[in-house]
Amino acid sequence: MVNVETPPAIRVSDLRMRYGSVDVLNGVDFEVRHGEVVTLLGPNGAGKTTTIEILEGFRERSAGDVSVLGADPINASEDWRARVGVVLQSWRDHARWTPRSLLTHLSRYYEPYSTEERPRPYDTEQLLRMVGLEDQAEQKIRTLSGGERRRLDVAVGIVGRPELLFLDEPTAGFDPQAKREFHDIVHRLADLEDTTIMLTTHDLDEAEKLADRILILADGRIVADGTVDQLAREITRDAQVRWSVNGEQFVHATPDATRFVRELFTQHGDDIADLEVRRATLEDTYIALVQEFESGQGTDVALQVFEEASE
Amino acid sequence: MSPKTQAIRTGLGRGWHEFELSLRSPQDQGFYIFMALVTLGYLWLNRNNELEGTSMLLPTFAMPSILGALIAFGLVIGPGYTLAMEREDGTLLRAKSTPHGVTGYVSGQVVFNAMGIIPMFIVILVPGMFLFDNLMQNGAAGWATVALVTVLGLLATLPIGIILGSLVPSVQKMGTWGFFPIMALTAISGIFFPIQTLWGWVQVVAQTFPIYWLGLGMRSAFLPDSATVLEIGDSWRTPQTLIILSLWAVAGLLIAPRVLGRMARRQSGSQVEAARHEAAQWVR
Repeated sequence: MVNVETPPAIRVSDLRMRYGSVDVLNGVDFEVRHGEVVTLLGPNGAGKTTTIEILEGFRERSAGDVSVLGADPINASEDWRARVGVVLQSWRDHARWTPRSLLTHLSRYYEPYSTEERPRPYDTEQLLRMVGLEDQAEQKIRTLSGGERRRLDVAVGIVGRPELLFLDEPTAGFDPQAKREFHDIVHRLADLEDTTIMLTTHDLDEAEKLADRILILADGRIVADGTVDQLAREITRDAQVRWSVNGEQFVHATPDATRFVRELFTQHGDDIADLEVRRATLEDTYIALVQEFESGQGTDVALQVFEEASE
Repeated sequence: MSPKTQAIRTGLGRGWHEFELSLRSPQDQGFYIFMALVTLGYLWLNRNNELEGTSMLLPTFAMPSILGALIAFGLVIGPGYTLAMEREDGTLLRAKSTPHGVTGYVSGQVVFNAMGIIPMFIVILVPGMFLFDNLMQNGAAGWATVALVTVLGLLATLPIGIILGSLVPSVQKMGTWGFFPIMALTAISGIFFPIQTLWGWVQVVAQTFPIYWLGLGMRSAFLPDSATVLEIGDSWRTPQTLIILSLWAVAGLLIAPRVLGRMARRQSGSQVEAARHEAAQWVR
């Protein structure tokens, strides 16, 4: 449910961050509407974590305007905190506690913030079921496996039923099944709880599965902003066509695959075999974009990417 | 109930829960037993030593002094270590991302560290009463003074621990920043022998810190008034003890929240991440 009427959940304009003499963010602009799931992609060092930490209110920015749920995160109130969830990468904190005792403890802080339309916090047992930790509920946290611990991190992040949730590389180190379960939780939060979600990831497949919209951060700027489909169409317009004639393999990149294939049949008829047409994936788009910005060239690198891929 | 009151209550519960966990933890039980063995072992080895110029046995003098020093040690090093560690492992960041979570966290720290004095005193005092004669010579009034000095000592030293834990660059630096200074200060604070045997200027330095006064306050609780011959000015100097410990308490309670707040504001996920990498390196 994306609500276009109310002001956006997150509004960032001309955000700049400088560490010493290094500019990490050079004027980042974007908006996230209420109820949207937005993924922030970008190469290592592009400033994803910095951006998220600024939005979470954990880091002071150098310049620019940032509004998160109507407040500037750096001096937002404790009441604002109650509406924002942060999934942190835990390490060895609360080692002696159990998932049940930790969640029950943390949930108490949110009790005064319960409202008619948004009862807070989550019931601990419900939360344990949701992240699949019922069986580990009484285990010491230090004995949890990596995946179990990350699921506990998610539970801690959402215990206060946040309106807005930040996740910084939430599935790093997850096995495929844990990943799938995590995706189910995110879908559930977005669809049933109407939670606005902003996450970073290196997993493009994950971004494609979860996100309503994708932002790509490169060179300290947002270089692309749109749905997976839009990005694929606008940035890498070409589709890749593979076929063989008399056992010989061919690859061709073209913006109009339908017409190309029709011409191919006109020319070769029944000799065509192994025909395969593939739209640009998010990965193609992403790599094309990032390479373009990292090399600082404005040329059409998409074609070049396809040629490399076909080698 | 206001969110802040709720957070303080939740934090007090947190401190109590951590205390329970600590009592059940073999690691912490080991620490208490170790402290008891070292203290009682030292006193036992010196059980027949008389203090120079008196007929008082060393354990009679040193036991109360050590209890005083342990308050300072436990409440400076304890929260110092916990805070330094929990800054690195993300506990504090979790508190920060919770509404009024830092308030709750600090309430918990106060309860947890204050409660920690109880098992420490029990493991030292209970066997001590059997091993050495005439430790407590002032009856119920003496125990009341023990309680008073303990509470005042807590207020005077716990904020120092919180300031230390907020400022120390990493857990590994706690030795240099916390442990060694406290040990050095304890050595010159008249805990193991009367302070007058030291140079004058060392006595002055020692008397500006709470450890000396905690030791003195505890001696005034346990020992008869005739024992004042071993003290500066032949007196327990009770008013001075109250004033100096109170001054430390007021200063600490004014400064600690600011230092802690400043440190908490700087907490971020990438800082925790960096500490994690550092620790991994350190272990290798």
